Amino acid sequence: MNALSSTAIADFETRYPEVFNPPLWKRFMPLFIAAGIVLYVAYCWWFFSIGTVIAGGQWQRAELYARDWISYAVKATVKMTPEATTVSYPRFSELGDNPNPDWIVKADNNITVRFGSGKALDINDQQVVATRGGESLTILIEPDGAKPQGPLPKWAALKEDQVTVNFGFAGQADIIPQRVVISRRFLGWANFIFDTASPFWNKSLGEVASMIVSGERIKPEMSNAALAFDNIWYNASWQHGDVWTKLLQTIVMAFMGTLLATLVSFPLAFVAARNIMPNFFANQITKRFFDFLRSVDMLIWALFFTRAFGPGPLAGISAIFFTDTGTLGKVYSETLENIDDKQREGVKSVGASPANVQRYGVVPQVLPVFASQALYFWESNTRSATIIGAVGAGGIGLKLWEAMRTNTNWHNVAYMVVLILIVIFIFDNISNALRSRLTGKQG
Amino acid sequence: MSQAISAELSPDGIQIERHWQELATRRRAYSWLIGICLLVTVAGSLWFANESNAGKFFDRLPHFFDFAGDLVPRDGWEVWRALFDLPSPYFDGSLKYDYPEGRVYLFGGFYFPEYFYKMLETLNIAILSTLVGFIFGFFFCFLAAKNLVRNGLVRGIVRRFMEILRAFPEIVIAGFFAAILSLGPIPAMFAVGIHTIGALGKLFFEVVENADMKADEGLRAAGANWFERVGFGIVPQVMPNFMSYALLRLEINVRASTIIGAVGGGGIGEELRLSIGRGHQAKTLAIVLLLLVTIIAVDQFSAWLRRRLVGNQAFAFGGKQS
Repeated sequence: MNALSSTAIADFETRYPEVFNPPLWKRFMPLFIAAGIVLYVAYCWWFFSIGTVIAGGQWQRAELYARDWISYAVKATVKMTPEATTVSYPRFSELGDNPNPDWIVKADNNITVRFGSGKALDINDQQVVATRGGESLTILIEPDGAKPQGPLPKWAALKEDQVTVNFGFAGQADIIPQRVVISRRFLGWANFIFDTASPFWNKSLGEVASMIVSGERIKPEMSNAALAFDNIWYNASWQHGDVWTKLLQTIVMAFMGTLLATLVSFPLAFVAARNIMPNFFANQITKRFFDFLRSVDMLIWALFFTRAFGPGPLAGISAIFFTDTGTLGKVYSETLENIDDKQREGVKSVGASPANVQRYGVVPQVLPVFASQALYFWESNTRSATIIGAVGAGGIGLKLWEAMRTNTNWHNVAYMVVLILIVIFIFDNISNALRSRLTGKQG
Repeated sequence: MSQAISAELSPDGIQIERHWQELATRRRAYSWLIGICLLVTVAGSLWFANESNAGKFFDRLPHFFDFAGDLVPRDGWEVWRALFDLPSPYFDGSLKYDYPEGRVYLFGGFYFPEYFYKMLETLNIAILSTLVGFIFGFFFCFLAAKNLVRNGLVRGIVRRFMEILRAFPEIVIAGFFAAILSLGPIPAMFAVGIHTIGALGKLFFEVVENADMKADEGLRAAGANWFERVGFGIVPQVMPNFMSYALLRLEINVRASTIIGAVGGGGIGEELRLSIGRGHQAKTLAIVLLLLVTIIAVDQFSAWLRRRLVGNQAFAFGGKQS
């Protein structure tokens, strides 16, 4: 390899000054951009006081909320008196009206609560013994408070007169004088199919099937199958019926909104396209109309129509219809302006009427593109219909938002999210399959 | 007609003709069937939407025109007065015409109305979350590209991760963070930002996979390591496209943060929802005007910058949420 001579180097430098001696601002451009970004982030940090908000957030709750997505807690209270130790459950317990769970074992005046392997709570009227992973803690119950004996292990905490024992995911117990409040957590969704009020509750699949097929009528006015369906549909905690109806509303909103937008923007796009409608004013007016519909955001339309039609899917349909007429109209008219003119000329040259020129010279060229665009918008609207629902425009959005605002129904949120994801997945695939058939290649 | 044709055709030709007729009939039948199915679906959908709506379409239509009529300003200056929050001659002691609440005083008696500040808030949410999405998407996309990472497991994990970020409804992320941080712009930022990471990451790695690998080959021949190959071989090629996609995303995010704002994320969206709900017509129009101008300005700016960066190639879709 030959090294370059110094004259050759000097020659290169004089020939390409912009490469070897770029202006200062160009040389330090990346640095300026990075500095600008840092400054902007610092400004936003101050503007939104991000630091304060994040520091003030209750991050320990994040874990609890995330846990509620896939699990449920059963609450129980153990009351200790010298005469008897009793267990009571809240009125609407997940375990039904007469709970007798196998993780609570009664023997005379002693109660043992099991929290999985190696974790247990032994309760009598004098003391509570908590065991976790080989360690155990004895807590004496005295009138002025719970008194832990010996050093506290990491999983227990003393606060004034009560001791909280933490068993990790399996649950926790608050030991308060004369009573122990237990929260025992299980993986899964409680009473997902039948709620505790249903006669089919807590029965195995086989039992339910035999009751439906050959059992005596539980309610004289309807068959057992109808009753079972009714119980599932109106499940008090999961509200399957309501959730599915709202989900259907969301789907209908996206479908009807996109369909109407396609039908309206199709003829308007012909008016807006320069090469098809040679009238300048007609072009400009239609195009600006599309711009207006598009730029007045979907949110604004949704709020307007919610106010006008009342909350519900009509508002959502109208909002999607208005916004997407604008967007689709723009896309369609741009497609029309880029068509191949030869086919139109051919049809025109054989003496076809103007309508026939469009029908046979233009539409066959653009129809696959138009349909694939419409499908793409349908798919994307299925996603956005969820969110405009939250402002009142119908569908599952509002239900989702309300479930989240209660802070306790995260399992319902998880259920709805799963349903939404399934719907989006199915519609994505339908739309992709149709589009790749239309355009003849993988879309 | 068909009689005349068949008279001239050979026996083979007649068979072909008959076959073609059969195919055409079948095709027409399918078209009709699909058309009828579609019609039934549409009718059912409309009926269902109307039934489950709080107000029925034809009952509410007059109210719709009333509402639209109420919005018409009483004189040419009303909207402008509302926009700059100047004293209104209709002032009746309520907050309907003058909006002293939330005025931002810059110095002395000079102020700008609350919703300018809120608009700035929404814009900042959009810009910051696009920035966050860009930075994370930038780092993730190279790990998901087939031509840079041979390990299918790493690629698969990164791609699935981005898919989850993208598919998860924004509103759920916003709600989850609102439960931790309380309502406000920061949960909105989290929601929009997280979605943006997924959306941009996907577009970015597709760009990287289509990059010209000759530069990379040259660098590899000279003994460059992976980071040098990416940094000097790929990044300069893909950067204009990345920027163009990020700008498109910015347009989408301005709209998304307005919507999330209306749900409870603060910003102009919430202001608009409250204004419509309380029947402050002039203020509603002022906010709509402000939003319209901002959105058009952002779209135009982004289109101009994209045209400078990549020419006309990145104009396949108008600002559309994916």
